[in-house]
Amino acid sequence: MRHGEGVKGKALLNKNWQPRDNIRLASEGEKMPVHNLYTAFRGGAFALLLALASGTAAYAQQTEPAEKPTTTPVVESATQPAAETAPAAEATQPAAEAAPAAEAQPAAEAEPTTPPAKETAAESGPKPVTTSDSAAQNGLNTTADHSKFNALQGPFANGSEVTQACLKCHNKAGHQFMKSLHWTWNYKHPKTGQKLGKRHLVNNFCTNARGNEGMCAVCHASYNWSEETADHHFDPTVENQKNIDCLVCHDSTGKYYKTLPTRGNPACAVMFEGLPKLDLVKIAQNVALPSRANCGTCHFNGGGGDGVKHGDLDSSLKHPSRSLDVHMDEKGLNFACTKCHRTKNHMVQGSRYEMLAKDTGGTGKPGIGRDVASCESCHGNSPHPNTKILGIKLNSHTKKVACQTCHIPALARGGVATIVDWDWRTAGKLDKKGEGFQINNYHQGDGKHRHTYRSIKGDFVYGETWTKEDTERLKKKRAQAKHAQKDGEHKEEHYKYPTEDRKLLPHYAWFDGTMKYTTIDTKFDPKKQPIEINGFSGSYNDPKSRIWPFKRMHTFQPYDKGNNTLVYMQLWGNDDKAFWGNYNFDKAIAEGMRKSGIPYSGKRGFIETYSYWPTTHMVAPKEKALKCGECHSKNGRLANLTGFYMPGRDGLPLLDFVGYLILIGAFGGVILHAILRLMTRRFRKGHTHD
Amino acid sequence: MTDQTTTTTTIDPRNPRYNKFEVMIYTRYERFWHWSQALLIFVLFVTGLGVHGTHNLLPFGLAVKIHTIAAIALVLLWIFTTFWNFTTGQWKQYLFKKGIFSVIRFYAWGILLGEPHPYKKSLQRKQNALQSLAYMTFMMIVGPALWSTGIIYLLRDLWSGYSWSGEGLYIIAYLHTAAAFVMGMFVIVHIYMTTTGKTPFHYIRTMISGYDNIELSEVEEAYIAETKTVKIRPSGPIKK
Repeated sequence: MRHGEGVKGKALLNKNWQPRDNIRLASEGEKMPVHNLYTAFRGGAFALLLALASGTAAYAQQTEPAEKPTTTPVVESATQPAAETAPAAEATQPAAEAAPAAEAQPAAEAEPTTPPAKETAAESGPKPVTTSDSAAQNGLNTTADHSKFNALQGPFANGSEVTQACLKCHNKAGHQFMKSLHWTWNYKHPKTGQKLGKRHLVNNFCTNARGNEGMCAVCHASYNWSEETADHHFDPTVENQKNIDCLVCHDSTGKYYKTLPTRGNPACAVMFEGLPKLDLVKIAQNVALPSRANCGTCHFNGGGGDGVKHGDLDSSLKHPSRSLDVHMDEKGLNFACTKCHRTKNHMVQGSRYEMLAKDTGGTGKPGIGRDVASCESCHGNSPHPNTKILGIKLNSHTKKVACQTCHIPALARGGVATIVDWDWRTAGKLDKKGEGFQINNYHQGDGKHRHTYRSIKGDFVYGETWTKEDTERLKKKRAQAKHAQKDGEHKEEHYKYPTEDRKLLPHYAWFDGTMKYTTIDTKFDPKKQPIEINGFSGSYNDPKSRIWPFKRMHTFQPYDKGNNTLVYMQLWGNDDKAFWGNYNFDKAIAEGMRKSGIPYSGKRGFIETYSYWPTTHMVAPKEKALKCGECHSKNGRLANLTGFYMPGRDGLPLLDFVGYLILIGAFGGVILHAILRLMTRRFRKGHTHD
Repeated sequence: MTDQTTTTTTIDPRNPRYNKFEVMIYTRYERFWHWSQALLIFVLFVTGLGVHGTHNLLPFGLAVKIHTIAAIALVLLWIFTTFWNFTTGQWKQYLFKKGIFSVIRFYAWGILLGEPHPYKKSLQRKQNALQSLAYMTFMMIVGPALWSTGIIYLLRDLWSGYSWSGEGLYIIAYLHTAAAFVMGMFVIVHIYMTTTGKTPFHYIRTMISGYDNIELSEVEEAYIAETKTVKIRPSGPIKK
């Protein structure tokens, strides 16, 4: 029975369950409520199964020779009994170890180019050490202990060798993965026909990954990118499979990291000095389904740093509280990203190029569900109680208002700020020594500083949502963590907390789900600034549209003044053409355009742009959802949306004027009449009527 | 009851004599209707202005909730009252009557000069011509404008998918708002008019107790004494 308290047993059985007592009661025919009998039966059955399983396991371990040859590791995995996995999972306990290490270097965390492993935020202090993050978030106990596989005993010279070991058993994974956007970085929009994906797009952060893969490909799940192989690096060929990086998504130890594909300018090379050597054997033996930290390695750091790009995705989601995200709440539901971004054959659901702005597909068939990353795919289209007046009202809102609009009350609520404004025009200033520099003039909610100016990028403005109470809560949490760890590594003096309350509200708009991009080929009219990097349409009358919240990014960025197009810039490199080193826009643009064979007039300017990032994470618990009056008021959040009547906001001015006039007139009239009656009272003494 | 017994013996229909009585002219249901309707309309008006954005006394959600519940209650009350009006024949009270201008003239200045009211309340005529017209307007135009647009709005889910739903919503909302303003005006004037009785609170008291001072002909007296279909009591407590 020693596995009666195993992970599976704990989840499925009643907390107070006493198997022997229940069985005895049942067998002695004592009076028991029916449901108790059922529980007892179910419990007893499980107990028996578990006992058998653990017995078999013990027997198998004793009898099987340690080096039993197996035809394939798949067979080997089948011989590993289920009960064995619980202790194996306990042995890994990865994140808790990574946490203090990261906490010791708070300044480094804000560094956008810090490699993933260092980015582990650990606001929550010590974590439960029973299971890995992956097991906790994915709610899984695997049937295979990878540490027992011969193929994973190492030694591994590099990550690519680990991948080749993985693919020996997971022999379809390579083909599958190479079809996913995570590999191709290439997306042909089914409706607009535009060529999108990181391989082509220009955004209004660091502008373009294309041509800068020497650095940007650190977030491409591959190895061995180089200038020479660049043309064929993304090709879905069998030869390229060895270049797949399995570990960046499947490492559960939190110790895996990648360095940049190329060294870049000498000034940048120092970033990766002093990192601990990778223990690839240990990492390979502890692979698991992706946890939030895995996905966050890239997706929390989009745009060049923690939380920079999205405003609803940052490192605070590694260990979120309930109030930050009700689904990912570490002490509650603890969802992994893939709970919603359901993944089949390495194809991940959820796209911001072509979204379901209104998902009417429902929750799917029982036990099957739907592979759609929408709220509705779990909650349905009538998620509020139909037994309450306001529940019915809210349910009818779902036709026109996205769930996110009310349930994500503000952006960047986790103590990590997002950049809302980027000005490339000021990039390239040098100090007295002729070197680039940075200014850290912003302290975000969690007390860490952020760059407000960098010579390589320009000026930044940050936005976030944070209150003094949040600061107090965080301080308390950190103090507890320090007390629990007794390591003295927490340096509270590194942190400088905001003294004022901050709020970053989303931009709201009607959205039909289709993003239309201003790509490198799009000619625009500079007089129509700001240019929308990704524009969209939608309206009240469009049944596919709903009101959505967005993080709106505002940027001044370089463009081709002669051709009226956006430009590719050569940012990364170790020659004199790369902006991050030579600080020369003309050379950087000329080289960026040349490399992609795009015509460049040679005349550059700066253009004002917007980009829109649909907000869908950091879903607050229901009690923190927006109150009706936030929108249903004269100057509410939706004050700028048109084409529909909204109570509390709208009215016909003339009608209101006449209406109030009638009311005031009636009131004034009767008052006047009353006064006249009072004044003429003495004339009528003696006269009465009835 | 002594008056009643003495008069029953000397009836001359061609030359009727009248005696004043306190007669129950507003039955229990009528008063229940009136006061619950008054309460609901007051609640609807205040919450409606809140929903409209005129004031912020209530959170929007709470205002919507109360407004919706009160509206449903009022619609139910009106359905039942319509039934009551037709089964009891009381609907005839609201029909157009002659003499409306003399009533208007009375309230315009006759009341100031101490002229007598041109209309006499009787057992079968509870309302003067102006009242009848006002209440008829209330029940046939303003009320329906409110409840029809209100119900259409409540059932928005049934038509929000149509392409005209955006424009439709404007029309519904503006009609509802306009009717609400008229209703507001009606209530203000109506409340003021209650003070124009013998004493400022006479009519209100009447509407609470149901009894008003009415002259009954000897025939009516005899009929009531015989059938006991109407509650009466001797004129007294409400005397001036």
